[in-house]
Amino acid sequence: MQLTNRKVVVSHKELSFAERMYLPAVAKGMAITLSHLFKKSPTIDYPKKTRPMSATYRGRHVLKRDENGAERCVACGMCAVACPAEAITIVAAERKKGEEHLYREEKYASSFEINMLRCIFCGLCEDACPKEAIFLTDRLVDAEFEREDFIYGKEKLVEKIDKRIDITKRQTQAVLDFKKIPGLRHNTLFDPKKQVKH
Amino acid sequence: MKVTIDGITIDVPKGTTILQAARMIGPEVAPPTMCYYSSLKTSGGYCRTCIVKVTQGSAANPNPMPKPVASCRTEVMDGMVVENVTNNDVLEARKGVVEFLLINHPLDCPVCDQAGECHLQDLGYEHGLATTRYEFPRREFDKIDIGKYIKLHMTRCILCYRCVKVADQLTDKRVHGVIHRGDAAEISTYIENVIENDFSGNVIDVCPVGALTDKTFRFKTRVWFTKPVEASRECKKCTGRVRLWYKGDEILRVTGRKDQWGEVEDFICNECRFEKKKTSDWKIEGPTNVNRHSVISQNHYNNLNELKLQVLKQQKALGFIQIDKRP
Ligand code: SF4
Ligand code: SF4
Ligand code: SF4
Ligand code: FES
Repeated sequence: MQLTNRKVVVSHKELSFAERMYLPAVAKGMAITLSHLFKKSPTIDYPKKTRPMSATYRGRHVLKRDENGAERCVACGMCAVACPAEAITIVAAERKKGEEHLYREEKYASSFEINMLRCIFCGLCEDACPKEAIFLTDRLVDAEFEREDFIYGKEKLVEKIDKRIDITKRQTQAVLDFKKIPGLRHNTLFDPKKQVKH
Repeated sequence: MKVTIDGITIDVPKGTTILQAARMIGPEVAPPTMCYYSSLKTSGGYCRTCIVKVTQGSAANPNPMPKPVASCRTEVMDGMVVENVTNNDVLEARKGVVEFLLINHPLDCPVCDQAGECHLQDLGYEHGLATTRYEFPRREFDKIDIGKYIKLHMTRCILCYRCVKVADQLTDKRVHGVIHRGDAAEISTYIENVIENDFSGNVIDVCPVGALTDKTFRFKTRVWFTKPVEASRECKKCTGRVRLWYKGDEILRVTGRKDQWGEVEDFICNECRFEKKKTSDWKIEGPTNVNRHSVISQNHYNNLNELKLQVLKQQKALGFIQIDKRP
């Protein structure tokens, strides 16, 4: 079976005099090299320039905060159980009184670690999350010297309150529509005044 | 007495309920239950998840019953014909029941310790809608500590009365019941009277949802990250046959052994449940056989043999392998 027509049959003919001089071959080689000086370069001048990246590129994760700056993750462990690489480790804790501005719900992740060496950037954690807390982003995981530095803790994963990471392009229309359903607790912020007591 | 459920006929003694007869046939035809608990007297009849259609009342009176009936509270008659999963009306009606159960339910499974072993989750998954039609605020309650070991999260309660029956039948002094009725009904310990009976911890096991939870286990981990093993110890108060839930070398909680219907085999005492959390306290009998479809079986390979058999069966059905070809 022939896959391409670039097959070359190797022959071992005796070289002619001109060929034995090598000079024509050298000239031909130089011509190829020089001609590339005038061609468009296939590489780009990274890091001064970067290639365009899809808004839904699956790179380094972010743990989102809500409108009030409280962490959205409730340590439910859905991402960790969905992860095929078993890269996520979570420890949960209970929110104390007075921490409502820090954590959105009564439970939160006191430790949240992703091992970026194990992660295969499949995005299943993002799919599994019921709280819109974890997203993959179009940022890259930095190179490191030590293996330990690839285990990202909360300080690297949770977005900075003054430097929010935009993930709006990652949400499908179905998700945006779902969020408009009134009465879904998921969509409303906790407001003690609105609580119905019996 | 002969009774036919979903086309399968079985002979049962007099006094058997439809539900028990269905369970004798097997899990394929057994209706789901939220309030019935076989070891608690007078349980059942509150939630209506177990409704079935009786298409023939008995051999003597072949008329169908006009409305779906609660199978946990209806005794069989000779020659009765019952339809459960084969009747679309039953499934529709059950869907309605689930919708009612979920009307005031917060569905905050991500923060609920029951998630992964919750009957309401299973029920909602199998029979529920993906969205809600309810637009009003749901009722919410403050969390209450019942004694030092149990937390009551009334917001999640579905008023199945199982815990009330436990308090009534297992403990000598009842300090726990339902006050108010209808939309305002709530479980109460009568002005937060502490339940201190030796068997009070069993309310955690019988609660089908995450309303009554173990405070010693609260938010420690999700159940699917733990490993259940069967264990026992000599105990003066109870049989001492329990299930331990390990994470690493640590016992995170102790519960009764639940059977395939989610009911505990033996009620255990509070000492076994809350105070014996060292491996040296227990005689380990072996890993629990977790149903392959349960999230708890995730990453647990102790039922490998069962798994192999299933795969083998599937392959056989697909004709990949042929067995017994040799003469
Ligand atoms: S992207 Fe995939 S592999 Fe990486 S943490 Fe998420 S689920 Fe695990
Ligand atoms: S990131 Fe989402 S899925 Fe993962 S534990 Fe937090 S809330 Fe659950
Ligand atoms: S009781 Fe069950 S359905 Fe309700 S929040 Fe808890 S896990 Fe979810
Ligand atoms: S289980 Fe029969 S009514 Fe609840």
